[in-house]
Amino acid sequence: MEKQWEELSPDEKREALFQRWLSPQGVEFVSPKAEKAYKERITRIKDVIQLKKAPDRVPVVPIIGFFPAYNAGLTPKDMMYDYEKLSMAFKKYVLDFEPDAHIGAVGPGPGKLFDILDYKLYAWPGHGVSPNHTYQCLEGEYMTADEYDALIQDPSYFFSSTYFPRIFGALEPFKMLAPLTNVLEMYGGFSGVNFIPYGLPPVQAAYKALFEAGAEALKWIGFVGAYEKEVTEAGFPNFFGGGTKVPFDTIGDTLRGTKGIMLDMYRQPDKLLQALEAITPLMIKMGASAAKMNGNPIVFIPLHKGADGFLSDEQFKKFYWPTFRKLLIGLIDEGCVPFPWAEGGYNSRLKVIRDLPKGKTAWGFDTTDMAKAKEILGDVACIGGNMPIALLSVGTPQEVKDYTKKLIETAGKGGGYIMINGAVIEDVKPENVRAWIDATKEYGVYK
Amino acid sequence: MAKDLVSTLADLKEKEALKIVEDRLSAGEEPVKILDDARRAVEIVGKRFADSEYFIPDLVYSGEILKEITDMVKPKLAKAAEVKRLGKVIMGTVAGDIHDIGKDIVVFMLDVNGFEVYDLGVDVPAQKFVQKIKESGAPIVGLSGFLTLAYDSMKQTIEAMKDAGLRDKVKVMIGGGQISEEIKKYTGADAYGKDAMAGVSLAKKWSGAK
Repeated sequence: MEKQWEELSPDEKREALFQRWLSPQGVEFVSPKAEKAYKERITRIKDVIQLKKAPDRVPVVPIIGFFPAYNAGLTPKDMMYDYEKLSMAFKKYVLDFEPDAHIGAVGPGPGKLFDILDYKLYAWPGHGVSPNHTYQCLEGEYMTADEYDALIQDPSYFFSSTYFPRIFGALEPFKMLAPLTNVLEMYGGFSGVNFIPYGLPPVQAAYKALFEAGAEALKWIGFVGAYEKEVTEAGFPNFFGGGTKVPFDTIGDTLRGTKGIMLDMYRQPDKLLQALEAITPLMIKMGASAAKMNGNPIVFIPLHKGADGFLSDEQFKKFYWPTFRKLLIGLIDEGCVPFPWAEGGYNSRLKVIRDLPKGKTAWGFDTTDMAKAKEILGDVACIGGNMPIALLSVGTPQEVKDYTKKLIETAGKGGGYIMINGAVIEDVKPENVRAWIDATKEYGVYK
Repeated sequence: MAKDLVSTLADLKEKEALKIVEDRLSAGEEPVKILDDARRAVEIVGKRFADSEYFIPDLVYSGEILKEITDMVKPKLAKAAEVKRLGKVIMGTVAGDIHDIGKDIVVFMLDVNGFEVYDLGVDVPAQKFVQKIKESGAPIVGLSGFLTLAYDSMKQTIEAMKDAGLRDKVKVMIGGGQISEEIKKYTGADAYGKDAMAGVSLAKKWSGAK
């Protein structure tokens, strides 16, 4: 009899997720060749992650933003507001360039949904920035310095009644809602009073907006899902099973903001540490449940505020790394393969992040010295990255090819390396992306 | 003996520093002297940052304490003291990009190193740089950008200087997370700085300061 999920060991869970990724349900490959290529691509990725043996060659996985739009002669705004164009452009990108894995088509996001909710956290193409440009975060203190206790005690209620009203204009009336945990039982008026807010017209209008947003999300995901199915059947796996964030970044990016969290390290370090601990299990669950649902162990974790220079060594070790490590271990225990993606430099962190079980994580680096990364981290974790987007933007195909070759020689020795770009690819020359992917396939072969 | 404001602020002891300022103000000391000490402290912060003893959070925190001190002292200040400056520098994040952390650090470091800095903010149109060059006569311009779209904005900003006949009157430095030697060539800038200290060195070199 098959074991229940809960009874599996972490390694058995991971193997089960890899197997589900290798043999996706409900997929009919367009040809035996496509199926073979699909399985080879995932095996290649699995081999570099597990560090048990070198793969047949270096896998190449571009982390793209709106590049498919530019590649198809469309705008980022088109990707957010015309879902047919979204799935067409993203499919064209995969078939044009044949990467070993793509990263899905969820990235651009549903523009109309943001309009409905009056989303304030970002400016997006055609809404605060040019239709031809990418998202930009509108930093602010969406959580104030004195709200740590509220976050720590009841994160969900803090989000729904305080954070949402600030980041979604349409959900401002949620301020009036009582905590759901107030409804202890359904007998009598003690429970009944908690339902009063739901009768108020502003709250009902907020729910109406939420329903509309839900309908829009369904419409959008229909196109994203159809794209996904098509490229999978053509032989191209999605790299990501899910995503989550490091607790320090969760609080520092969009709750307290960069300045807010930096001041909190001095002014209320204990509260900050307590909050980081409080949200860590939520961050683990977020990544692990998506990976399990999608049948793919890789969990994307974009890293922000722990980069070189952003924190001192002591600050990194005190505020960033402990709950970051807990997140990684929590995901690993759930059978996932965390994929932290470190934009900027991570040179000063390499020795600290080495403290991890072997062959369970994959790292994407940007400007980090790859020889050093290989030397310090190479026997513990798969490393990836470092193709500079500056070079992809303004270099020549020959320069890109030369850099690719050098990078493989430096970081790819003996396996354990994925060819990835350093920061998100937006409007770069398509011929450079082609030169990069083709050069990886040419120079990345292990004999 | 009263504790020294310079070292207390440079060591980022917020409460102690504010207490010293409060005591000195109520003792009737000249506000200018307090601000002068604060400035010297922030210079030390800048130096520690340059020496990699301090990091971005330390700069942010020192800036915050300095602001609190200035707010306390300003109402008692007759008029702002004139400080001799090394030279003028115009700084801004280029059009289409709203990132300010990197730009603010360079502004801070230029300021504590004695430059008079015109900070044009973020998402600055090319013409605004041109206008400010004409108006201020500043011989140095720093263009900041975090996103890759900034490559083209930087290029266009420098072209706008050329079109206005100002290109040979200014030195242009660029910087930001994804800026490199290739991007310097692409944009037509005179130099790129990989961090805030590199920006200060360039400004010093170009203004003839040692």
